[in-house]
Amino acid sequence: MEAHAPAGVDEVHILWTSEGLSCDGDSVSITAASQPAIEEVLLGAIPGLPKVHLHNKVLSPTLGGDEFLKPFFQAANDELDAPFVLVVEGSIPNEKINGEGYWTSMGNDPATGEPLTVNWWIDQLAHKAFCVVAIGTCATYGGIHAMAGNPTGAMGLADYLGWDFRSGGDLPIVNVPGCPVQPDNFMETLTWLLYQAAGLAPVIPLDEALRPQWLFGKTVHEGCDRAGYYEQGDFAKDYNSPKCQVKIGCWGPVVNCNVPKRGWMGGIGGCPNVGGICIGCTMPGFPDKFMPFMDAPPGGSVSSAMTGAYGAMIRKMRGITNHTVNKEPKWRHNRDELTTGVQLRWPN
Amino acid sequence: MAIQERVEPQAGNIVDMSWDPITRIVGNLGIYTKIDFNQREVVSCKATSSLFRGYSVFMKGKDPRDAGFITSRICGICGDNHAVTAMYAQNMAFGVKPPPLAEWIVNLGEAAEYIFDHTIFQDNLVFVDFCEQMVRDTNPGVMDLAEKTEAPGAAVHGYRTIADIMRAFNPFTGELYQEALKISRVTREMCCLMEGRHVHPSTIYPGGVGTVATPSLFTDYLTRLLRCLDFIKKGVAVNDDVFNFFYEALPGYEEVGRRRVLLGCWGALQDPDVVTYQYSNLENAGNAMHVTPGVIVDGELVTTSLKDINLGIRIMLGSSYYDDWTNEEVFVEKDPLGNPVDKRHPWNQTTIPKPQKRDIDGGNYSWVMSPRWFDQRTGDNLALDTGGGPLARLWATALAKKVDIGYIQARTGHSVEINLPATPATPETKLEWTIPKWSNALERNRARMYFTAYAAAAAFHFLERAMEEVRAGRTKVFESFEVPDESIGCGFHEAVRGVLSHHMVIRDGKIANYHPYPPTPWNGSPTDSFGTPGPYEDAVGGMPIFEDNGRDTFRGIDIMRAVRSFDPCLPCGVHMYLGNGKTLKQVHSPMFGQANE
Repeated sequence: MEAHAPAGVDEVHILWTSEGLSCDGDSVSITAASQPAIEEVLLGAIPGLPKVHLHNKVLSPTLGGDEFLKPFFQAANDELDAPFVLVVEGSIPNEKINGEGYWTSMGNDPATGEPLTVNWWIDQLAHKAFCVVAIGTCATYGGIHAMAGNPTGAMGLADYLGWDFRSGGDLPIVNVPGCPVQPDNFMETLTWLLYQAAGLAPVIPLDEALRPQWLFGKTVHEGCDRAGYYEQGDFAKDYNSPKCQVKIGCWGPVVNCNVPKRGWMGGIGGCPNVGGICIGCTMPGFPDKFMPFMDAPPGGSVSSAMTGAYGAMIRKMRGITNHTVNKEPKWRHNRDELTTGVQLRWPN
Repeated sequence: MAIQERVEPQAGNIVDMSWDPITRIVGNLGIYTKIDFNQREVVSCKATSSLFRGYSVFMKGKDPRDAGFITSRICGICGDNHAVTAMYAQNMAFGVKPPPLAEWIVNLGEAAEYIFDHTIFQDNLVFVDFCEQMVRDTNPGVMDLAEKTEAPGAAVHGYRTIADIMRAFNPFTGELYQEALKISRVTREMCCLMEGRHVHPSTIYPGGVGTVATPSLFTDYLTRLLRCLDFIKKGVAVNDDVFNFFYEALPGYEEVGRRRVLLGCWGALQDPDVVTYQYSNLENAGNAMHVTPGVIVDGELVTTSLKDINLGIRIMLGSSYYDDWTNEEVFVEKDPLGNPVDKRHPWNQTTIPKPQKRDIDGGNYSWVMSPRWFDQRTGDNLALDTGGGPLARLWATALAKKVDIGYIQARTGHSVEINLPATPATPETKLEWTIPKWSNALERNRARMYFTAYAAAAAFHFLERAMEEVRAGRTKVFESFEVPDESIGCGFHEAVRGVLSHHMVIRDGKIANYHPYPPTPWNGSPTDSFGTPGPYEDAVGGMPIFEDNGRDTFRGIDIMRAVRSFDPCLPCGVHMYLGNGKTLKQVHSPMFGQANE
């Protein structure tokens, strides 16, 4: 198989591993999408897309085991009959710190019968893929399982492969964060990449955190229908209130996410727009830089005290906070040591 | 069942077969079996989970208010069940009782979750095992019979033969498969209306919810609920037809996935008139729930008391990758009523992960521990299962005879009646689920669709009660609280696939200990320190094989039906492992090819 997918391929495999440190919530999330729906992509209902073969554990018609793993092994051995997109779900654990054990595996080595770690699969497949997509905040930046005090040394895919990684198709990792991913955000990104594989779309525009720019270029606050209360200096004092929640834990002003604008699914639900504080779940700094979640964010209270002043000043101050929460904590790395602050008790 | 026993080669045509990972479930599960192809039965089975994330480790020292936001991330299909259970445990620890409207909103969100999750699991994941393509590949004679068998419920669901139903199950292309995906979206919208988002809610807080309780909220929910009812009523008829057909087409199929009746249900859907979140009131609150808690042993209802259920929980090691906590700190010596709390109780557990090589032959092979329930009457540590959730919920509710809300009535002692109103394509419908003869794969699956109807019926009641509050102007949904320096809490709920408990200890205003016990550690637990196998291992071990394919083309459909009937959800965790007897020939599960993709 060609490492570089030729322009205009008419068939693509999607090899999807959710065996990272995940809850499979992103796989479940895509079944909620309707813009487009997963079955529309798979049944050829969208003009211009290549024929798509999905290999995802949750939706696979196979019974599992070798039936399921066959295309993964084929891809690892350069025997797959068409280019593939690799989708990675779940945080990547540090497998250098646990001796003969493993934190997470997907299937067994046919020769030895020993578990094959997810990290092994990524090592085999990432550089051969047309492109590599990290779905959800665990895979993109480490997420909840990479919080301070975690025992697995969990990290995001770019921490593992390197932020300057390039796939077989010479593309950077594409990150679609969210905990879980907003259903349509992922399906729309996937659709762009499939158009790209078909030669019908240019290279997907990504920001510095490798997110699609049009989905994550605005803040929660900029898309929130409670922002009017903010402008009037009228803030919720507890969760009974339908007003702006920045004083009771909402991080919306500094978080890159389109959920209040797009809703959660079918335009229904969301976060601060429906009474749920923004806890920053799309962000590289999630969760540590947003905890405790229910306290007023430091940036939020500063700017809300200045509601009379508009414009450049507030944008600048929020820019500083936004920069901070767009950085991951420093313990997310692939060195052969655990620096999350928890005391290891097993020999390593 | 002799899990640890090495099988001798002269025992016959015995082959190691494994399925790892298992598909169409959530999480990392492996099933490892020894199959005797002469006797056509599974000799033994081991279940293994190959995933560790460490929630109980990294939650230590965190703010107790964050518990719901964090633990929701345990599960990607029932995360909201965790958020709600955490909220119950937080309410107890913080001493706060949410306003009634908040409870009705949570109940509505959770009812929607049951309808969503049971629908997508049954129709899009389980039914692929019963679809035309699969049955033709594994039991062609059964498919031929299905073509000739009239469907008794045709007048309700519109499919003339059993084969027509099976074709509607075909993945992605089948009519019921596609309709179920659409219904799963409508019901998730219902969940989002009440809880903000699916699967990790945004509007659930300790002390209540942030949901904006205008009349529109309930209108939007009601109209969606009504849109699901035709599908649900037809679904029950479809399920009955297919499962009854399997009993007839394959005599003896009741043995597939069958185990002793050892069921646990922790109760679900609070009654705000009774629940206070005080530990001393736990038993009363449980008995007033809209799904009755209970432990059922050999058909007998041992208790419905959440206090007894709580105190009986034991967490065992034996085949898991952890060090024991025998020498670690005791956090809770006595419960708030003065009853002693065991060292192996979740309140007193310390999780000490010990990564190591997998050893299926008599060693450790799973990241899942072995939860058991101590039966005071016998001194046994019982490996309860959840019946995939619905079987235990309906069974306990039927035996307890406590639920009576019109839409749902449990008054006979052997059944549950479910009343659904008329909708465009179907008349007013009274369904009756009756306690089955067996705790087996087909009955776990059958109960799932009845419980979907149960949840829908309950939602009508919750809507009426919620609207009463709104119309009376009682729209408060959140109660303020302070986090105490020292406290304990526990929450009990039913995740979609069964029992769910959260146990929290607070010291110096921080989480000192937190242990969630979801259903899959119960169902998918490995063999414990007493040698008792976990429920998957027990249900599959000794089970007969009905598949026509011989060992060279064997797919293991009966085993997969048995395992999937429990609704495995492995992030909370499991893997199954089949004995790796060195004298045996190793055969991997054969390829299915690309035929169905």
